[in-house]
Amino acid sequence: MSKVPLWGWLCLWACVAVAQPAFAHKPSDSYLNLKLADERVEGQWDIALRDLDYAIGLDGDDDGAITWGEVRSRQAQIADYALARLKLAADGNSCPPNLHALLIDRHSDGAYAVLRFAADCGRPPVALSVDYNLFFDLDPQHRGLLQLQAEDGGPVRTAILGPDSRSQRLEVRSAPWVQFFDFVREGVWHIWIGFDHILFLLTLLLPALFVRKDGRWKTLGEFREVFLNVVKVVTAFTVAHSITLGLAALGVVELPSRWVESAIAASVILAALNNLFPIVENRRWAIAFGFGLIHGFGFASVMADLGLAKENLVLSLLGFNLGVEVGQLAIVAVFLPIAFWLRDSWFYRRVVFTGGSVAVAGIAAVWLAERLFDWQLLAS
Amino acid sequence: MQLLPWLCAVGLLFGWSIAAEATPFTPKSDSEVLERVRVRPADPEARALRELRTRLARQPQDLALALQLARRYIERGRIEADPRYNGYAQAALAPWWEQPKPPAPVLVMRATLRQADHDFEGALADLKLALAANPRDPQAWVTRALVQQVRGEYAEARKSCVPVMQFSSQLAGITCLSGVASLNGQAATSYALLERVITARTDASAGEKLWAQTLLAEIAHRQGDPQKAEKHFRAAMAVSPDSYLLGAYADFLLDEKRPREVVELLKGRARADGPLLRLAIAEQRLGLAQSAVHRTELAARFAASRRRGDEAVHRREEARFTLELLEQPGAALKLALANWQTQREPADARIVLEAAQASGDAAAARPAIDWLKQSRLEDRRVNALMQELGAKA
Repeated sequence: MSKVPLWGWLCLWACVAVAQPAFAHKPSDSYLNLKLADERVEGQWDIALRDLDYAIGLDGDDDGAITWGEVRSRQAQIADYALARLKLAADGNSCPPNLHALLIDRHSDGAYAVLRFAADCGRPPVALSVDYNLFFDLDPQHRGLLQLQAEDGGPVRTAILGPDSRSQRLEVRSAPWVQFFDFVREGVWHIWIGFDHILFLLTLLLPALFVRKDGRWKTLGEFREVFLNVVKVVTAFTVAHSITLGLAALGVVELPSRWVESAIAASVILAALNNLFPIVENRRWAIAFGFGLIHGFGFASVMADLGLAKENLVLSLLGFNLGVEVGQLAIVAVFLPIAFWLRDSWFYRRVVFTGGSVAVAGIAAVWLAERLFDWQLLAS
Repeated sequence: MQLLPWLCAVGLLFGWSIAAEATPFTPKSDSEVLERVRVRPADPEARALRELRTRLARQPQDLALALQLARRYIERGRIEADPRYNGYAQAALAPWWEQPKPPAPVLVMRATLRQADHDFEGALADLKLALAANPRDPQAWVTRALVQQVRGEYAEARKSCVPVMQFSSQLAGITCLSGVASLNGQAATSYALLERVITARTDASAGEKLWAQTLLAEIAHRQGDPQKAEKHFRAAMAVSPDSYLLGAYADFLLDEKRPREVVELLKGRARADGPLLRLAIAEQRLGLAQSAVHRTELAARFAASRRRGDEAVHRREEARFTLELLEQPGAALKLALANWQTQREPADARIVLEAAQASGDAAAARPAIDWLKQSRLEDRRVNALMQELGAKA
C-alpha cells in the first residue's frame, strides 16, 4: 500500500464539513446591526435564507436547493417583505429605510441574506425607536438580535426583539451637559463621603487661625490673614490633586490602589502630627500640595469606577473635579466662620485643635493599618 | 503530490475563516447553491406540510387542522433535530396559544413545546389543566412523567406512568415506569421487566420499540454491561436513529474508549448540537484536526444561543463542551451547577461531578452527591466519582 499523506484525506472531510454548514440547526434568529452617523442610520440585516424561503418561497424550481440566481431574482420581494416589517424612528419621526445592497453571509447555521440599507432621519436623534415584526406570525420563536452603535468606536448596545418585545426605544445620547452635571454631582458626593479627604483638609486648616512664632502658636487677629492661610492651603490641595487626577484619568500614571489608599491615610496622620509637633510651621500649603498629589490618585480610582466614555473624558474630568472643589468649598465655608469666632477660646485651642489633631491621628492610624494589612477594624 | 498538503492547509484555513469570522460577499455565479432546505429534493413530507400550512392559512381557526399540522411539525423537528419546527408548530396554534385555558389537546402540545424550551414549570401547569379536562389522555400522562423524571421528581413521575399503562399500551406503561425506577434504586428489576415485555411484544410500534430499546441500552450502559448495551443500541439504531439516540450511543462508545466508531456513527449526522459535541470530543481524542473546526462551530452556536437569551436550554452541553473541549474546569463547574438547578438526569449529575473533580472543588459537588445518594442512582461511572469526591469533601 502506498503511503498516502493523512492530510489529503483529512482535507476532503474537513473542507466539506466546514464550507457547508447547511444542516446545522438552531432556532431562527436575524441579526440587525445599526450604526448611527449623524442623521443617518446605516443598517446591516442578516436574515436566514431558510426563513425567507419559508416566508416568501425562494426555491423557485422546488428542488430543495436555493441558488444565488433564485435569491437575486427575488431581491425586490425580499427587500419589500423584510423592510416593511422594520420601522425605525428618531424622536418620533420615521426614518424610511432604503436597500442599497443584497449580499450573502454564512452564520453557524447556514447562509443568510445580508440586506444593507440606509435610513434618513432628517436630524440626529436623541432616541432611536426600533419596531420589529419579522417572522413572528410564522415562527413565534424567531428573535431579532439588535446591535446598535451610536458612534464610531463607541459602545455597542444590544437588545433581543421577540413577540413580547417588538419595540425598543434606545437613548442614543444624553446631552453633553447632562453628563457634565452627573460628574459634578459625583464629585461633590465623593468629597462628602470621603472622610479621609475631609479630615486631611480640616487638619491642615485647624492651625489657619494661628501663626507659629518662637515655638508657640499665636492667634491671628485679622480675618484677612486667616482667610489668606485658608486660601493658600485649599488652593495648593486643589492644584495638586487636579494634576494627579488628570494624569491618572488619562492613563499617564497608574498606581496600585492599596498603596494610594495607605499613603492617603499616612498623609492624614502626618498632617495631624504636624499640628501637635510642628516641623513645617507656617508653610502648610506645601504639605497640602505634596500630599494633595496622592489624594488625586484616590479621586481617580473613584472616577474610574464611574466608567468613562473616551470621547467625553475631558468633560467628565472637569465635571468631577469641579464637583470635588464645590464640596470642598462648602466644608470650608462652614468651618471658617465658626473657627474664626472660636479662635480665642480655650475650647478651640485645647479641644478642637489639640484634641482634634490627636483624634484624627488615631483614626488615620487605624485606617492605615486596615489598608496596609487589609483588616476590617472600623465599620465602613 | 508535494503540493497537496499545502492546498489542503489553505482550503482548511479558508473554510475556517468562513465559519469563524464571515464577511458578506456576492456569490460568483447564479448557479451557486447557497442553502439546502431539505435533505432530499423530492420530499413527500415537506410537500404535505406545505399543503397543510396553506389550508390552515385559509382557515386558521380550524382546531383539528392546526393540531394535525403542529403535531407533524414537532415530529419532523424531533427527527431532524431542528428547533425551527417547534416555532412553526407554535404559529399553527397561534389562535389558542395565549389563552389561559385552551382546549386540552392544545395544552398538551403547548406543554411539549414549553418543555423543549426548558420551561418545566409552564409545561407541568399546562399538563395539569389538560389532565383535569381529559384524564384519559396517555400523551399528557407520558409527557408529565418525562418532565418530572428530568426534574428528578421520581415519586410523582411513577404516579404519572401508571395511567399510561391503562390508557395506552402495556409496553409504553412499562417503559415509562422502568425509565423512572431505573434511576431510583431498581435498575436491575427495571431492565429485566422491560426486556421481558419487549421480547414478548412483537407487534410493538416503531416509536415504542425505539423508546424501549434506547432505555434498555442506557440502563445496561449505566450498570456497566457493555455487551448488553451494545445489543440494545444496535436494536434501537435499526428502528430509526434520532438525535437523542445518536447522542446516547456516542456517549456509550466514548465511555468504552471507541472514539473512532463515534466518528463513523456521526459522520454526516452531527447537525444538532448534541451529536456535534460528541463528534468533536471523539475527534479530539483521536487527535484529528477537524476537532478544532467543530469546536469553533460549537462555540459559535453557544454564543448565538446566549445572544438569543436562551443559554439555559444548552447548559448541560455547554458545560461538557467547556470541560472537555475548552478544558476550563472552573467555568464548566459553574455551568454544570446552574444546569443542576433545573435538570436532574444522570448526565446532569455526571457533568457536575466531573467538573468538580477536574477543578479540585469537591465541596461544590456535595449537594449533588447528597441528592444522588438519596435517589439511589445506579450508574457505575457516577457512583465511582461520588466515592472519590465524597472521600475528599
